[in-house]
Amino acid sequence: MIFLTVGSELPFDRLVRTIDEWCVDRGRQDVFGQIAEPGTGGYRPTNFEWRPFLSTHDYDQHCRDADLIVGHAGMGSIITAMTYMKPIVIMPRKAAFKETRNDHQIATAEWLGERNGVLVAQDEVVLRAVLDRASEHGTARTLESPLEPYAEPRLLATIRDYLLSS
Amino acid sequence: MSDKVLTGRESDVQRRPRKVLAVASSGGHWVQLFRLRPVWDGCDVTYLTTNIQHREQVMADALERGQTVPGFFTGVSANRWQKFRLVYLLLQVAIVVVRTRPDMVITTGAAPGYFAILIGRCMRARTVWVDSIANADELSLCGKRVGRYCGLWLTQWEHLQGSEKAGAGLPAFQGATL
Repeated sequence: MIFLTVGSELPFDRLVRTIDEWCVDRGRQDVFGQIAEPGTGGYRPTNFEWRPFLSTHDYDQHCRDADLIVGHAGMGSIITAMTYMKPIVIMPRKAAFKETRNDHQIATAEWLGERNGVLVAQDEVVLRAVLDRASEHGTARTLESPLEPYAEPRLLATIRDYLLSS
Repeated sequence: MSDKVLTGRESDVQRRPRKVLAVASSGGHWVQLFRLRPVWDGCDVTYLTTNIQHREQVMADALERGQTVPGFFTGVSANRWQKFRLVYLLLQVAIVVVRTRPDMVITTGAAPGYFAILIGRCMRARTVWVDSIANADELSLCGKRVGRYCGLWLTQWEHLQGSEKAGAGLPAFQGATL
């Protein structure tokens, strides 16, 4: 199963439309999407089941059930995928298309794309190729062990020390 | 995990638990804040976020990890163009900070964390800003502005420490939330 998520703030038509078309081209019927509220004139996919929003419980459950997660390049999606050791394909939102307020997701994608289990598609053209590659069984690189549940020990120690300093 | 951050002052915490206010808007900011929770183990923590659904997660985690029941508040979500919502959020944050009187305010952003730092600073709390790992090219807008009010001002990217791109002053790098 593929779980598509675009975060809870804004729709991301460029990503959702590409997945919708890809589902037809590849005959995929096992995609579920959380795509935010399309609003009037927004893109409503017809080839996979979707909801605008999910409760945190349902969101977690879909992540657990997925073989592959596809998302915008938001940290919530990426960290959740890593936590459940699921490969994730990320495509950054761009300010030029009014998909976000600034281009920080482009940098996020560039910097985190080197991590195991994170595949980056900088635009919707590349996305199709990345999806084909990632959805071939067993070819997506995954983390060898789940992400630690906590931040790096050095960061925790630094802040704890500051908290307890007199 | 928490035993890795033990220091000689741990017994002092047991005598007088520190009050910590942990703040983040929902989404990626919240996920990162929650990964920092061993920092306030044994403390009297209150969470402030923008999604009521996190309450369940916070309570279950405290129980599972043998921590005291945390406080939990929510405010409205607002971005920098939603002026009225921002003012409303500022009031909500102010009420929580005044009510909890924290020894330390810690946040990963964005707007509610920024307000909490400013108000916390006025009340002489210790203040920690951990800029989101999503900001890999430069610090967030709030992150740049808040530096001067922070006791601990951190970026999660080594290449941004002491960077001029961060605005006035030099944020430190001490590791990341993942």
